[in-house]
Amino acid sequence: MKLKSLLIASAMMLAPASVMAADLTIGFSQIGSESGWRAAETTVTKQEAEKRGIDLKFADAQQKQENQIKAIRSFIAQDVDAILLAPVVATGWDEVLEEAKDAEIPVLLLDRTVDASEDLYLTAVTSDLVHEGEVAGKWLVEEMAGKPCNVVELQGTTGSSPAIDRKKGFEQGIAGHDNLKIIRSQTGDFTRSQGKVVMESFLKAEGGANICALYAHNDDMAVGAIQAIKEAGLKPGQDIKIVSIDSVPDIHLAMAAGEANATIELTPNMAGPALDALEAYLSSGTTPPKWIQTESRLYTLKDDNQAVYEAKKGLGY
Amino acid sequence: MTHGLQATLRRVAPQLMILAAVLLLNVIVFPDFFRIEFQNGRLFGNLVDVFNRGAPTALLCIGMTLVIATRGIDLSVGAVMAIAGATAASLVADGSGWVTALLGALAVGVLCGLWNGVLVAVLRIQPIVATLVLMVAGRGIAQLITEGTILTFVNPGLIHLGAGTVLGVPTPILIWIGLGALITLGVRRTALGMLVEAIGINESSSRLAGINSRVLLICVYLVTGFCAALAGVIVAADIKGADANNAGLWLELDAILAVVIGGNSLLGGRFSIVASLIGALIIQSVNSVILLSGLPPEFNLVIKALIIIAILVIQSPTVKHALYILRASAESAGVDTPAASASAPLAKSTETAR
Repeated sequence: MKLKSLLIASAMMLAPASVMAADLTIGFSQIGSESGWRAAETTVTKQEAEKRGIDLKFADAQQKQENQIKAIRSFIAQDVDAILLAPVVATGWDEVLEEAKDAEIPVLLLDRTVDASEDLYLTAVTSDLVHEGEVAGKWLVEEMAGKPCNVVELQGTTGSSPAIDRKKGFEQGIAGHDNLKIIRSQTGDFTRSQGKVVMESFLKAEGGANICALYAHNDDMAVGAIQAIKEAGLKPGQDIKIVSIDSVPDIHLAMAAGEANATIELTPNMAGPALDALEAYLSSGTTPPKWIQTESRLYTLKDDNQAVYEAKKGLGY
Repeated sequence: MTHGLQATLRRVAPQLMILAAVLLLNVIVFPDFFRIEFQNGRLFGNLVDVFNRGAPTALLCIGMTLVIATRGIDLSVGAVMAIAGATAASLVADGSGWVTALLGALAVGVLCGLWNGVLVAVLRIQPIVATLVLMVAGRGIAQLITEGTILTFVNPGLIHLGAGTVLGVPTPILIWIGLGALITLGVRRTALGMLVEAIGINESSSRLAGINSRVLLICVYLVTGFCAALAGVIVAADIKGADANNAGLWLELDAILAVVIGGNSLLGGRFSIVASLIGALIIQSVNSVILLSGLPPEFNLVIKALIIIAILVIQSPTVKHALYILRASAESAGVDTPAASASAPLAKSTETAR
């Protein structure tokens, strides 16, 4: 049933013209199912390929680089038209990318980049982590409109690049606004339970009335912190404003209930821009820029968060 | 009875002193540390948090103490927590009540314990290797149950186990103290505890003496699985969701550390569950110091390592002996004090560590 509708859908899509897309076979080497976001990225990539009538060969590397290299070699052996790669680590790709280049198969990087010569891949589609933090900071500046505000920060895993960059971006975003002060900053390891534990200690160490806003490096920690704020007898979203990053379904549910204020989307749709660039490259030879930045969309309480939740919850987050 | 209590107190005196020292450290970084308020129908304060947040490690170390007393180790408890949490969450998601979910999760935990127990007691695989199997595979199993997502739930009964209160006291505190008391009495009011120690000291001779070591070993792993499952349910209930990736991650190491801080030998033999539980509280108090200090997170692990090293050095037999000699020579030098109690050298060393 599903297969049939898929066939009809792709047949309809192909019918008008797009002969080129009809012949496209693309290999996708995904890291594995390390997080909900990763699962959503896989779902969206499959959807994007289906929409364009592309035959997508999917390989799950189970978080191992050797599996990704194996997958890329097998894609080269199958003579695919292009390869999408979400690299698990940054180093050690030169040899296999060289092989792809010799076979004249363009490689497009999704979500993360690699430490290899730029001519070894067509383009990299990633979000700008610093920019995400900056959007969060600017949102808070606007929301507070000059009023004094003590901010607590839940950092990601210490030393990880999202934690470093999202912290840096937020500080850039609030720079020059002396009414906003980060009074406590501690790691919540990107998890709900640590987010809750650390928020509990913030509330006790500073006193709930003394904290005016929370900035969390990801939504999961914010969801945990919301529970801690509620258990302390305060109203999350009102007594303490909450802004976080990622835009996972559960934060939209919290926003729909008025318990969180804003989230910045780390879009799982990295494949859309990548495939657009690829199609332009194959049909007209337009070389895309080496880095395509995805949009970091800001969701606030003005959006229909219930609808966003409904749309996102089926993506595998 | 009073004699038993006295013996226990003497046994855990070093741990109590270390706990007091770490709590004092908390007061130094945060003077209001001991203030407890009744807010929102629940006890609210940092000390309450130490007892509440220490619950998963405390529950794990109850079982872990018994396993270590048999000269074994169970590395799979963190993964079993993830499996149990996932089981409970998926059961309530399918419409079961919280009692069914809890019993289901506990049953799965006991099943995991049975698997470990059979590998160790029947197939005679070394415990560290035998339990490593489930440690590695367990998280995968949990992810299969949750289908890779954080499985959230709204069942109030189940949530109560992790985030609720009974007469103002957070439920997890009551659960770990209750289970700790139950199992301590269970092994100490009967001969079970002595039999477990006998296996740890010399399994062959304990078998020759008539102890059914195989069954007892399996039972010990069953208890560990049960404790881990209970901890897993509490952790999931606390955040109203089963996070197969992160629930109980590396907690097996904290549990082992709690047992070691509790003064139990990793080579098996004599054990004290109460001391291990205080060990778990010590670890949580150290975490509390780190959170309250407000230092950047880059320092977290350094601070934790320094405090733990200090605790273990104080407990090392060499240092203990050296301090004892030091004290004895000071006494013979003319200070006329009554004979030192067994714990006195440690009291001194705790103070110097500060």
